[in-house]
Amino acid sequence: MSDYAWLVPALPALSAVLIMVLGRLLPKKGAEIGIVAIAAALALSVGIAVEVFSANVDAAAAAPHGEEGGETDHAAADVQVASAGDVQVATAATDEHAEEEAGHGSGSGESSAAHAFVEERAVPWAVLGGGHVLELGMRVDGLTAMMFLLVTFVSLMVQVYSTGYMHGDPRYTYFFTLLSIFTASMLLLVISSNMIMVLMGWELVGVCSFLLIGFWWEEKENSSAAIKAFLTTKLGDVGLIIGVIVLWSMFRTFDISAILGAVEANVQAGGAPLNTGMLTFGLLALFFGAVGKSAQFPLHTWLPDAMAGPTPVSALIHAATMVTAGIFLVARLYPAYEHSPVALAVIAITGTITLLIAGLLALVQDDVKKVLAYSTISQLGYMVAALAFSYTAGIFHLFTHGFFKALLFLGAGSLIHAVHSNNMSDMGGLRKAMPITFWTFLIGSLALMAIPVFAGFWSKDEVLAGALSDAINNGSVTGWILVIAGSLGGMITAFYMTRVLWLVFAGPFRGHGHPHESGPAMAWPLLILAVPAALVGLINIPSAALHSKGFAAWTMFDLEYFGGHPAHFFWSLAIITTLLAFAGIGIGTLLYRQVPEREPMLRAWACSPNCW
Amino acid sequence: MLSKLVISLTVFMPLLGAGVIALIPKRSEEAAKPVALVTSIIGFVLSIAILIGYYAGEAGGSGMAFEVNLPWIEAIGARYHVGIDGISLPLFVLSYLLTLLCSIYAFHHIEEPGKPKAFLALMLMLQTGMAGCFIAFDLVLFFVFWELVLVPMYFMIGIWGGPRREYASIKFFLYTLFGSVFMLVAFLALYFASPDRTFDIARLSELGASGEFTRTFQIVAFLGIGLSFAIKAPMWPFHTWLPDAHTEAPTVGSVLLAGVLLKMGTYGFVRIALPILPEGAEFWAPVIAVLAVIAIIYGALCCLAQTDLKRLIAFSSVGHMGFVMLGIASLTPVGINAAIFGMVAHGIITGMLFFIVGSIKERYHTRSIAEIGGGVLQTMPRMGAIFTYVAIASLGLPGLAGFWGEIFALLAAWTPAPALVKAGHLTLYRVLVVIGAFGTLLTAGYFLWMLQRVNMGVAPDRWKEHKLADISAIEWGTWTPLLALIIILGLLPFLILNVTAPDVDAILSVFAG
Repeated sequence: MSDYAWLVPALPALSAVLIMVLGRLLPKKGAEIGIVAIAAALALSVGIAVEVFSANVDAAAAAPHGEEGGETDHAAADVQVASAGDVQVATAATDEHAEEEAGHGSGSGESSAAHAFVEERAVPWAVLGGGHVLELGMRVDGLTAMMFLLVTFVSLMVQVYSTGYMHGDPRYTYFFTLLSIFTASMLLLVISSNMIMVLMGWELVGVCSFLLIGFWWEEKENSSAAIKAFLTTKLGDVGLIIGVIVLWSMFRTFDISAILGAVEANVQAGGAPLNTGMLTFGLLALFFGAVGKSAQFPLHTWLPDAMAGPTPVSALIHAATMVTAGIFLVARLYPAYEHSPVALAVIAITGTITLLIAGLLALVQDDVKKVLAYSTISQLGYMVAALAFSYTAGIFHLFTHGFFKALLFLGAGSLIHAVHSNNMSDMGGLRKAMPITFWTFLIGSLALMAIPVFAGFWSKDEVLAGALSDAINNGSVTGWILVIAGSLGGMITAFYMTRVLWLVFAGPFRGHGHPHESGPAMAWPLLILAVPAALVGLINIPSAALHSKGFAAWTMFDLEYFGGHPAHFFWSLAIITTLLAFAGIGIGTLLYRQVPEREPMLRAWACSPNCW
Repeated sequence: MLSKLVISLTVFMPLLGAGVIALIPKRSEEAAKPVALVTSIIGFVLSIAILIGYYAGEAGGSGMAFEVNLPWIEAIGARYHVGIDGISLPLFVLSYLLTLLCSIYAFHHIEEPGKPKAFLALMLMLQTGMAGCFIAFDLVLFFVFWELVLVPMYFMIGIWGGPRREYASIKFFLYTLFGSVFMLVAFLALYFASPDRTFDIARLSELGASGEFTRTFQIVAFLGIGLSFAIKAPMWPFHTWLPDAHTEAPTVGSVLLAGVLLKMGTYGFVRIALPILPEGAEFWAPVIAVLAVIAIIYGALCCLAQTDLKRLIAFSSVGHMGFVMLGIASLTPVGINAAIFGMVAHGIITGMLFFIVGSIKERYHTRSIAEIGGGVLQTMPRMGAIFTYVAIASLGLPGLAGFWGEIFALLAAWTPAPALVKAGHLTLYRVLVVIGAFGTLLTAGYFLWMLQRVNMGVAPDRWKEHKLADISAIEWGTWTPLLALIIILGLLPFLILNVTAPDVDAILSVFAG
């Protein structure tokens, strides 16, 4: 199945072309093409995921665990994998991969024990001169399969939802074309086997975001927001470009596997010893790209403005997928980042600052989409910071967040559709009028607040547990900072979401007209997304028995990371963060149970004059 | 036999067409259009045949093909030495494609005072000059073709240009001529410095590689040759003729100017200056790199300041050619390949932008961004859509043609030729790359801002009343090939890189050590 992984991005790319050419002639104006294509891509992604994940589980079960992670001090947490046997594990990699590794001469003796599933295919794409060749290739591993699932699933939900939300828009067909191009670009980024393709997918999602934020370009505000988003992320892209160039100059290849292999083996092109200073510079430059794309401080300012786009776009691009590109990039190059403690420290600090600042900003928004936008930034901060300590924690939070944040945004879209305003000052009392939206929004909120059992709890706990175990075992200062900031951030999160829930769903309706529940095209995606938002966290319960069969094993980069992954569960931490979350809910309830005369959060309440 | 003739036939056929047009009586002047069209179709078909022949024939896709080397002016040893290789082939074909499209476009619109006969005859003359530059392997022959380009473009700007056409055309003429003087002197110096008194580019390249010329001589000679190419390219600070010429030139003139003429300068560096004067190149490369990066930043800043749409596009050429020159200044195969890709991509994309701007001006009767006042997407949805597409291509979006030249030029300059590293220029180049990378941000900035001001927003009422016509059938016919090439070259970069790479490797072997 994974041989055909290239079809996953190819299907939406093809559908974009078809919608552009034929869309207007069809009864559903092209939406049907997009939906069918993405559904097929989703089906394929499920097949790939089953193949990749089960191969990884087999490899994990047979893994010889041991002190391999020793050189990587971040992964030195207690290894609890109860895996038997020290036999060599059959590599799941294909012949191509073997050739690839042999060709680059990067096979170091140390890491020869076992492999996670990696399928690589590449064809020459262009001769660059001087003996250098650019390849067009794909790399399918656990991370790719996980991203495939998330992107195709959310994209399908968003496209179905858009048939309702965008109904009657004069540029309906164009909208669906863009959604398809966007999805294809994101999938291209995910499947890329080399840095140039990563750069391509990365910038293509950026330009799609530009076109979608500025979708209603008649309003200058919207086109300005689009430009702001593009230029801010493009500032990050300058770093990405430099990072790609630096890695190329060190290893003379764009191929990700070859780069990682060389880093592991501590050699540069031509056999020179690894220049760790230069590697750190390159990785930090790449991370600067991630700072832009994943809206980290100080380049986070574009994301709230990006809410000028249609709400389904906010769900797809500005919550669930595109903004995760930065997280994905760091995860993709994780073994290289582990070689640079400086880079990891910068990542930890950036993420921590971001999660706190954005959380605080979310407290004072009137626009419901902006609350969600800041909460996205804050959660991206968790993911980024998590990567400094644990690969699995970072991408696990990415995965769960993708579902519940898409749900929350689509829920917000349903509200906006009903009351014709983004502002919570025009909402209130919608629980009765919009029961489906309410219940699903509530589930999404509980997941975001990290209330136990809901998806966000497990992933956020893993983020903090990873930091805590590093703090305990290695005395890592950044670890302590993240644990403290992240716990407090959890309280803030619970507070602002409680505020939203009370302001939107309780009390009297403050807007105009008679809002009613959205139609089935919009309601069904909410109901479907509510399932993973509630339950998807269960795939990575921190129990030693399930550890080698769950998410950590599915998406493992290599057995080394899997082994080093802290499957630790700190009861104390979980209890404290849960109590803090309930404290946040309590404060929010106290302040907002009755709609306040005056917004308590800010004296100079930054909303329009018609504030209550 | 045919293979000996085909290049000469292709190059001089347009001149013949111009002669035929000249014979058309004045009262049936319109007949010039079909004649020009047929001529340029034949020219384009022949150039494609050469492309195919280059791969199918003896050359097999690398080295020189269709070579002819005959005595020409025996007294000074100048020879009629022509041929084609991987470096010249993409630009050669591009020049025929653009001329063909321009002759189609002429059916749609020729600027005041009309006169298609004279206009098209000049355009075909121009074609011969442009194509000749790319196939000449003798310095005197190259110089003749180089000068042949000057005259028709001078008249095109001077007669069919905008309000300030006389100023612009004379400025263009003087700048280029100024450079030509230095070029001629440098060519003569090469002639006298070569032991066998030759103007032959291939022979001089061999001599250059074998270290025949002294370092001092190379440095001085490179300055002379480089100056004329730098003016043509144009490199900052010799670029000031370009915005004026571009702004005032008729659409067809702008397209050919941006599409082909500028590339004669950068091509000259690759074909003549680098291989013949390698040590001179090593000496001047850091200077070129600095000027190139200044051009990238300066061009982008100028674009941000423009109020005239066409002038904005003209200044964007300064920045884009900066990336091309940066690639060349790296003196590495990757850099030169990127430069050639950048030349072709810029020719297609900026040529297309000039077509669009020309058509907008033709309908709005103004080039002023403020007077257009936004909303082109409303008044002419299709025009607005392709304008967005091409502008995004021009800012270097991956997947479209503009990307490859920029990224690989930066990449190459990060690790320039070993000789430059040995001379201690590595840090300089790396700083320049970082600054140049910020140029991509500025480029995105001015293009998006332009789109916001011109394309987006609500169209002023005065334009809504006008009922402006969207893209005409002839315009579609002219533009479709370019629009398609933008994405084709973006997705299939090997179409150019694989053509140029072998020969670039060959001429750059001198810098490898």
